[in-house]
Amino acid sequence: MISQILKKVVDGVKPTFDKGGKLSFLHSLFDAVETLLFVPDTVTKKGAHIRDAVDLKRSLIVVVLALVPALLFGMYNTGLQHFRAVGDVAAEASIWGCWWYGFVRMLPLILVSYVVGLGIEVAFAQRRGHEVTEGYFVTGMLIPLIMPIDVPLWMVALAVAFSVIIGKEVFGGSGMNIFNPALLARAFVFFAYTPFISGDKVWIRGAGKGGEYIDGFSGATPLTQLGENAEQMLANANVWDWIVGTIPGSIGETSVIAIAIGAVIMLATGVASWRIMLSVVAGGWLTGLLFNAIGASPVMDMPAYYHLLLGGFAFGAVFMATDPVTAAQTNVGKVVVGFLIGVIAVLIRVVNPGYPEGMMLAILFMNAMAPLVDHVVVGFNVRRRLSGKLTKGRA
Amino acid sequence: MSKIIKLRKGLDIHLQGEPAPKLIEACGSDTYAVSPPDFEGVLPKLLVREGDLVKAGSPLFFDKANQEIIFTSPVSGVVAEIRRGEKRKLLNVVIATDGRGESVEFKIPSLDRASREDVAGVLLSAGMWPMIISRPYGRIANVADRPKAIFVSGFDSAPCAPDMNFVLEGELENLRKGVEVLGKLTEGKVHLGLKAGTEGVLNRVDNAEQHIFKGPHPAGNVGVQISHIDPIRKGETVWTVDAQNLAIIGRLFRTGRVDMTKVVCMSGPQVVNPYYLRIIGGAEIKSFVMNSNIKPVKRGGGVRIVSGNALSGRIVTRDEFMTFYSNHITVLEEGNYHELFGWIAPRTGKFSVSRTYFSWLCPRKRYNLDTNTNGGARAIVMTGLWEKYVPMDIHPMYLVKACMAGNIDKMEALGIYEVLPEDLALCDFVDPSKTEAQEAVAQGINLMIKELS
Repeated sequence: MISQILKKVVDGVKPTFDKGGKLSFLHSLFDAVETLLFVPDTVTKKGAHIRDAVDLKRSLIVVVLALVPALLFGMYNTGLQHFRAVGDVAAEASIWGCWWYGFVRMLPLILVSYVVGLGIEVAFAQRRGHEVTEGYFVTGMLIPLIMPIDVPLWMVALAVAFSVIIGKEVFGGSGMNIFNPALLARAFVFFAYTPFISGDKVWIRGAGKGGEYIDGFSGATPLTQLGENAEQMLANANVWDWIVGTIPGSIGETSVIAIAIGAVIMLATGVASWRIMLSVVAGGWLTGLLFNAIGASPVMDMPAYYHLLLGGFAFGAVFMATDPVTAAQTNVGKVVVGFLIGVIAVLIRVVNPGYPEGMMLAILFMNAMAPLVDHVVVGFNVRRRLSGKLTKGRA
Repeated sequence: MSKIIKLRKGLDIHLQGEPAPKLIEACGSDTYAVSPPDFEGVLPKLLVREGDLVKAGSPLFFDKANQEIIFTSPVSGVVAEIRRGEKRKLLNVVIATDGRGESVEFKIPSLDRASREDVAGVLLSAGMWPMIISRPYGRIANVADRPKAIFVSGFDSAPCAPDMNFVLEGELENLRKGVEVLGKLTEGKVHLGLKAGTEGVLNRVDNAEQHIFKGPHPAGNVGVQISHIDPIRKGETVWTVDAQNLAIIGRLFRTGRVDMTKVVCMSGPQVVNPYYLRIIGGAEIKSFVMNSNIKPVKRGGGVRIVSGNALSGRIVTRDEFMTFYSNHITVLEEGNYHELFGWIAPRTGKFSVSRTYFSWLCPRKRYNLDTNTNGGARAIVMTGLWEKYVPMDIHPMYLVKACMAGNIDKMEALGIYEVLPEDLALCDFVDPSKTEAQEAVAQGINLMIKELS
C-alpha cells in the first residue's frame, strides 16, 4: 500500500530528473534516493540468470549496524568524561543525561561528515554519469567515531573532502581506493592539525576552553599517559575501565565491549573477514609478548594484552583493517597483512613513546603493502600450477 | 572402487522445481533446427537451400574456418526456412519433418581394426564431431589435435539439473560403445566423473576410467573434474563430451544411423510438476513448453525460458529451438519489479549465501528465485567470497580481473586454460557487486583465441 503510493510519487517526479528535464543536473541524487527506496527492477541480461539476494547496500548497512554500539557508547562516554572533568557528580551518574549530552555534541559531527561526503560523491557521480555508490554509508559513520569530540567542524569537513576526493574519487570511486578513506581523513587531521587530535586537551568536550576542569583532572588518554609517564600509568591501570570504555579517547574507540558486539555482528553475517581480525589481534599480542621477553623499559614490560585494549587497536582491528577494498584480497594475504598490522601498531607504541598511537599508521602502511603481499601469494599459486603439480586438498 | 574426490567449495542452490523421475514422450515438433549460434566460434557456410530434401545425417552447413567440420540435420524432411538475423547472420536452418525418421546410412568400421582417421571420419560425416569440445577455450575440437585425455561428466550438479542416470536409463550399450569410440581418438584415457552415493547406468560403464566426486555444485562441471583428475597445462589439449551425446555417438556406431533422440529435463520454479521428456535434438521450444505446463506469474513480468541451467544457460523464446549442447530447460519468473526498502527489510523469503539474510536458518528450504539482479552493479568490493565457490586451484578474482583488463600473460598464468565461463557461474550468483564473471571469462577466452592463433 505505502509501497504503491511511494512508487507513484517517485514515478511521477522521475521525468523532471531525467535527461532534458528541469532538474536533470540532480539526476544522480534522484537515482540514489530511488534505489534507497526501491530495489531496482533490473533483471539479469547475461551471465547467471538468478542472483543472490545480497547487494552492496545490504552488506554495508550491516557494518553501519555493527558500529551502532560503539556510536551509542561513544555518545554516553562523551557526556561522562565531560561531567567528570568539570566535577558534576550528579550529572555524571545519569546515564541518560550523559548520553544526551554526547548525542547533542556528536550530531553535528555526523551531519557534517555525511553532508560533505555524500555531497561530493553525488557531484562526482553526476559528472561521471555513474550511480551514487553506497561506500560512503560506512565511511561517513567511521570518520566521526575516530575523531576527538572537540575537533572543529570545518576541520572534519576538510578531512572528509580530502579523503573522498584524494583518497577515493581520483582512483575511480568506491572499490577502487588504495587507502581506507576514514583513516585517511584521520591521518589528514593528524598531520595537518596535530594539536587538535593529540595531547590531553582534545578528548573531552569543552576542555581547555576556559579551564573549567576540576583540579588534578587529566584529560589524557591512557596511551598518552603511557608515553609521558609509563610507571605512573601502569601503577594506576584500571583494566576494567578500558574494557568498558569509560576513558578519554576518540569517540568510538574506547569501549572494547561495544566494539566486540560490532565484531560479533560482522563475523556472524560474514561481512568482515575473521582471518584479518584474528591475525591483527594475534600480531599485536605476540609482539607484546616479544617485548615482554626483552623487558628493557616499563612500556616493554607492560602486559601484552593491554595493547589490545588500549587506544584504537580494537576499533582498528574490527572496523578498519577488515575493509575488504583496502585489505589484502587473498586469504593468505589477509592473514599476513593482518598480522603485520598488529606487529607494526605495537612496535610503534613501544619503540617510539613520543607518538603513542600506532594503529592508524600501521593500517595505512599495510593498505599500501597489501597489493604486494597479494602479488606474492598469487605468484606462488601461478608457479605451483606451472610446475604441473596436482594440489590436493585445495578445493 | 576408485577413490572419492571430495570438494568442499561450491554451492547447491535450492531452486524450486526439481524434476520428478517421470518421463514423458513428447508429442513431437513439426520443425527442427540446427542453429549456428549454438557453436561458439563457427563461421557457417550453407550447403542447402530452402526446399531441399534432407535425411537425418544430411549435411546442412560447414565451418568455413575448419571445413571438415560439418553440421547435419537431426531429422528427415525438407529445409523449410533459413532464418537470418542482423547483418544476415545465420541463425537457424529449419527443417520441417516428414515424420518418417529416415537417416543417411553410414558405413561403420569395425572398431577393433579401425584407425583413428576412420573413426573421426564417421563422426565428421555424420555431423557428430561438434559434440566433441576441446579445452582450453571450449570450442569444437580440432581433428588434428591429439588430446591427452577425454573427459565425460556423468552428473549435472546445477540447480534443478537432470539426473543423468535417469536420463540415460537403457543406454548402457550405447554409452560403452561411445567410450570405445572416444578411446580411438586419444592415446590417453577416457575419464568418467561420477557422483558419490548414486548407483545407475553410468556406474556400469566400466570401459571408462571412473572417478567419484562428492560435493556441491560445480562438482558436476567437467572443467572442475578435469582440474582434479589431470589439470590442463599450457600447450596441452583435452577433449570433453556430454554424457548424453556420448550415448548418441555410441548409437551411431552401433546402428550406422543418426538418431538424435535425447531426454531433456523441464524444471525450475515456473514449471508445473517438473519432469523429463524425450525429444529429438533441435526441436522447437513451443512444441514442449506450452501454457499448460508453465505456471502463471504473480507479478506480470512474464517467464524466462532458459536452455540450460539457471546459472549458465541461454535465453530462448518459444519460437526458437532446443540448443545443441543442452539437456535442460529451466523456466524462471522475470524479476522486473520494484521492492520497497529491499536492502534493509528482513526479506525472509529471499535466498542468500550471506548471513545478512536469514535463509541460512533453513538450509533445506527451496526458493523461487527470479531474474531480478537484486541490486545494482558496483566495483568489486567483497573479496575472499568467490574463492569459496570455485573448487579449482586458481584465484578466480584475479583471473576475472585479468580477463577484464585483457592481459594475455596474466590470464595465461592465472588459469584461463582451465576454465570455461560455467565454472565461474557461482561467482556471478554470489557477488554482492553483481560482477559478470562469466561474461568476463568468455571475453577473455575470445581474446586469447584472437591473439594466440
